[in-house]
This record gives sequence, C-alpha cells and structure tokens, in this order.
Amino acid sequence: MTTVTLHNLRKEFDDVVAVNGIDLEIVDGEFLVIVGPSGCGKSTTLRLLAGLEDATDGEIVMDGRDVTAVEPKDRNVAMVFQNYALYPHMTGRRNITFGMKSSGDFTDEEIDRRVEEAAETLDIADLLDRKPQAMSGGERQRVALGRAIVRDPDAFLMDEPLSNLDAKLRIQMRAELAQLHTSLGTTTVYVTHDQTEAMTLGERVVVMNDGRIMQVDEPQTLYDFPANRFVAEFIGDPAMNMLPVDIENGTAVHDAFTIQLPNADGGVRNGAKESGDASIRDGQRAVLGVRPEDLYMATDRPNTGDETLNATVNVTEPLGDSLLLHCSIGETPCKIQAKARSEIRPDDTVSIAYDPARLHLFDPESGDALYHSESYASSESAAAAADHG
Amino acid sequence: MVGVLQYAKQRVDALRGNYETQRIHEDDLGTHFQLLLLVVAVVFPIAVALAVSTKQSGVVTSVVDLLPGGYAVENYREVLVDYQFGRFMWNSLAMSVVIVVGKLIISVFAAMAIVYYRVPYKDLVFLFILFTLLLPVPVRFIPLFQLMNDLGWSNTILAITVPYLASATTVFILRQHFLSIPTSIVETAKLDGVGPLKFMLFVLLPMSKGVLVGVSIIMFVYAWNQYLWPLIIIDSEANQVAQVGLQLLQGDVQGGQLSWSLVMAGSTLTLLPPLLLMIVFRKPLLETFSIQQK
Repeated sequence: MTTVTLHNLRKEFDDVVAVNGIDLEIVDGEFLVIVGPSGCGKSTTLRLLAGLEDATDGEIVMDGRDVTAVEPKDRNVAMVFQNYALYPHMTGRRNITFGMKSSGDFTDEEIDRRVEEAAETLDIADLLDRKPQAMSGGERQRVALGRAIVRDPDAFLMDEPLSNLDAKLRIQMRAELAQLHTSLGTTTVYVTHDQTEAMTLGERVVVMNDGRIMQVDEPQTLYDFPANRFVAEFIGDPAMNMLPVDIENGTAVHDAFTIQLPNADGGVRNGAKESGDASIRDGQRAVLGVRPEDLYMATDRPNTGDETLNATVNVTEPLGDSLLLHCSIGETPCKIQAKARSEIRPDDTVSIAYDPARLHLFDPESGDALYHSESYASSESAAAAADHG
Repeated sequence: MVGVLQYAKQRVDALRGNYETQRIHEDDLGTHFQLLLLVVAVVFPIAVALAVSTKQSGVVTSVVDLLPGGYAVENYREVLVDYQFGRFMWNSLAMSVVIVVGKLIISVFAAMAIVYYRVPYKDLVFLFILFTLLLPVPVRFIPLFQLMNDLGWSNTILAITVPYLASATTVFILRQHFLSIPTSIVETAKLDGVGPLKFMLFVLLPMSKGVLVGVSIIMFVYAWNQYLWPLIIIDSEANQVAQVGLQLLQGDVQGGQLSWSLVMAGSTLTLLPPLLLMIVFRKPLLETFSIQQK
C-alpha cells in the first residue's frame, strides 16, 4: 500500500532535458497511466521511479520515505518491460523465482506457495516448466507479470507491456491487466504511447510532452475538458479539429462561418485557473477546437438548430462503423465523422452542424484552454442526474 | 575468392528468380567444382603429410611416392615412444588450456566491467585495450624475456601462459555480445537485487554459452600453434611444447638424414587436437562469427 510523490523531478542526459521538473502524486492503490508521444519523458519518469536512472534534481517520496537515492532493489517495486525481459535460458518457474531467491527474503516454502498463487491468478501453471522460447508473446508477458506479482511489491511499474503483442491479444491482455489490478489493488504506474490504452486502463491519466506534465485527470475529463491544445489533439482518434477564429461579442468568427458560443462569459475549468481569469475577451484571436464526432451532416439531425457551416469534402475514408471525411472549411482542413454508408463523394459541398456543448477555445500562442462550452460543474451535475435517473 | 563471390551473387540472383531452373543446375555444377578446388587446395598438404608419415624415408620424388606406405605404425610408435612426443603434446595441451581458461576469466570480467559498470573514462580504457592489439607478444619478446628471467619463470609453464592471458580480441568479442543482451534483462536483475557475481554466473554466462565456446576454440588453436615464444623461453626438453618439439624429430640433419616421415607423423599428431575441437564445436564457432557480422 503505497503513495508515491514526485517533487520537481528533473532528469538531464548531457544537454537533453528528458524530465523537466514534474510534480505528481500517485495515490495508494491507484492505476495511473502516463501517456505521451515518444521522447516525451514518460519512460524516463518510470525509470526514475524504479531507480534505474538517477534524478538530476527533485525528489521521489514513497510512503513518506525519500527514495531518490535508494538502490532499485531496496525500493520494493517490480517492473514489467515491453520486451518481457525473461531470462531465455531459464524455465518459466525459474524466471519467476530467480529474483526472489536472490533477494533471500523468502523461504523456499513461501516461494513455492506464492508461485502457485501467481500461476493460478494468471493461468500460467502449464507454462512454468517451459522456456521462454517455447512461449508465445502473450504467454511470455504473463510469465513476466507473474514474476512481478510474486514479490508482492509496493508498486508495479509497467513500461509499455502490451506494445509487442498483436492487436487482438493486446485488447485481451488489457482487460486482464485491469482485472488483475482490481483483484490485487497494488499501486500501478503504467507507461504507454497508445492513448486508447491510457483511456481504457487508467483511473487517472498523466499526459506528458517535452518532459513536462500537460494534464493529470480522469480519462473522460481529459477527453471532455482538455487543459491545453496538446492534450486536446493527443487524446482522441481522429484528433480534434483546430480552426483559427476571432472572438467578437461571444461569437467565434472564422473566414467561412460564425459560431455563437454558449455560456461565453464562463471560464475554463483547469486546475488553478478556475473560471473567471482565463475567460475570453472580445477581439481576441483563438483556436476553436471541435472533435470530428461532434460535427455531423446537417441533414442527419435536422432539429439540432439552424447554425450550419459549409465544408468541401477532399477525401472519404469508410471506417465501417462511420465514414471519416477529410474536408476543408474555408482554407482550414477538418475531419468529420459522418454516418456509415453516407452517400458523400470527394468535391461534394456538405452542410455541417455541430454540437454546441462540445466546443473548446485555445490560446493560439500558449495553447492553454480558454473556454469549454460545457462547464465542468454542469457536466458533473448532469452525470449525477443521470446516475439518479 | 572470386569464385565464392560469384557463387554468392548467382545465388542471390537465382533467389530473385532471374535464372531458370536449368541454369541453376548448371550453376550448381560449377559451384561444386569451385568448392572442390578449394577443398583440394586446403587438404592437399595435409594429405601429403599423412601419406609421407606412413613411409620409411619420406622423400617424395614422384607421384607414386604419394601412395600410403607400410610404415605407419612404426613411425607413429617411434615418434610417441622413442622421442616421447606425447610429453610435448601434453605440455602443449596444458599451456593451451591454461591460456584459454585464464583468457576467458580475465576477458569476461573485463568485458562485464566495460559494458555494465560506470567506470570513469570507460571508452578510453576500452580503446587502450584495443590498442594492445598493435603490440602482439612477438614485438615484446626482448623486454618479456628479461621480465621472465627476473621473475625466475623461464622454463616454466608460467612463462608460456601468463603473457598470453590478456586478450583484446576476446574482450572485444565478449563486449559486443554483452551489448547485444537486452538492457531490460540486466535491469530486471538489478530490480530483483541479483548481485554482480550471481548475475554473471546465472545470467550472463549461460546467455553467452555459444560465444564463449566459439571464442575458446579460436583461442585454443591460437595457443596450440605458439612456436616462437616457447622456442625462446623454454630450453629444457621436458617442458617443451609440440610445435617446437617437431624440430627434434628431424633427426641427424647435419648428416643429411632428415627423417621427413617422422616429422610428418609428429605434424599429423599435432594437427589432431585442434581438428577434433573444430569438428565437435563447429556450430558455436560459426555462431560466434555470425554474431560479429551483425
């Protein structure tokens, strides 16, 4: 049972800053996912937690104990790697027990008992006498997980553990990991570049870029209320559309359209910057963010209002469950998720409606969120109402 | 060599489907002919040595003289019993084994330190180790001779083994191999609290079995074939090694009685240990070389 706190953690490799002063609190028993593009410092952060890298500055505190300079073996954490890191010359059982036997903290009976338990939890009893060579990728990762859980560590650190598996197996293992976490309740820090994995697994998700934390929130909050343009574009596939606009009298004015902004006097729900001080001003330049699934053909839903905009279709991509349109609104490229089997061809001009509750404005320079058309409080009360209803 | 290259090129072309099946058959014939030539070129001297070792005098003046003679048993008996060639072979074996084992121990530790430890000026140290390749033992004969005498090691097995124990080549090959082991395996061991010696014995060495065997074979053959240094530093017949011992089989050279058949019998015997090792361990040996090519 472990709480982990990072204070102003910093790691430099020669003149490259991999982790640039991050503060983070990982709650006891939490499944925290760190996500970001490659080179954003997420793996380095995990390796700092494990003690495999020495921090240049800052501190790591586990349960009130400063472990910044503590050896990896004395931190009582277990790590699962992308390439499984099984010893190729040892059987599954020996792979699992080798570390325990080396540490000398466990009696033989204790080790046997724990291996049996882990084998049962992970359903790997028949893999124990096989060498990694004779196992499939999924089986190897399961044995690697077994090696991590037998030691009953204070925290699991997972570095893209599913990235080497094929798509189908990845989805299956994802569910198993979530289940495993529910049954063990051990604090878990999980690093991935895959935002779907982050959204599905994480109780809270940390989005990182350029060595800094961009936002820490629950997955749905990240999606609905991105704190900045980076998070908005990184989370969600296809990515959020970004359209440059001018703000005039509570409306967003683009070369090709004008959109009325609901609750334009409201601010942004963004940690310290609670509503008010970050709200939008007249005459300000901004970037309007709207997700492809919040744009639709005006003809599909005729009763959602009369505010429409025109777009020219460039390319159509049938995705099966929907039809992805690459369009231009004025000069700005834009993606729209239309209904599957829609009769739309390239060079068509389509009339588009939008969901007024799903509009976002970002500062064009800093990228910070200026405005979300739905306030955080109202979404929470709506959710609460839905729960009670 | 050109033949081999041509062959490789043709095989690649054939795989690409540029050649018809008929052509491939013709090419195969040509290839086999080239290979046969190469094999004959390599085997011929050995075959001659074998044939001569079965003759009475061993003087070859015509092709007929290359047919096997009837003195094989006597020649080999004379070499092994009268000249006590077995004693030289034993010395050679002891020298080679000590060199191989010593080299492996030192090189494994050195490569491990270079790859897995944070040593100040590590790259410079490794460069310095590689630099020693420029100074092989023969270049160091004179100071080495002095040193061995000062230490009182001349005429002992120490004199013919210790100078060979440090090996830049072995360190280099092992370093390359250790670098190819995924760092995550090393880091798992670190997280598990596996100590350095335990890591070496239970993880590193088992994962390097093939390379270690391959390197050992190369080093064994190299050690076994040492001639000049033992000739210089060993002056008692009892401690001499096989390669130098061959000279003693020549017999009465001044009297014009150079007994080639005995020399060739000795040579054949000397050839056997490396040959056997090569045959038994040819697989790991090839693997070692293929790792270097990666």
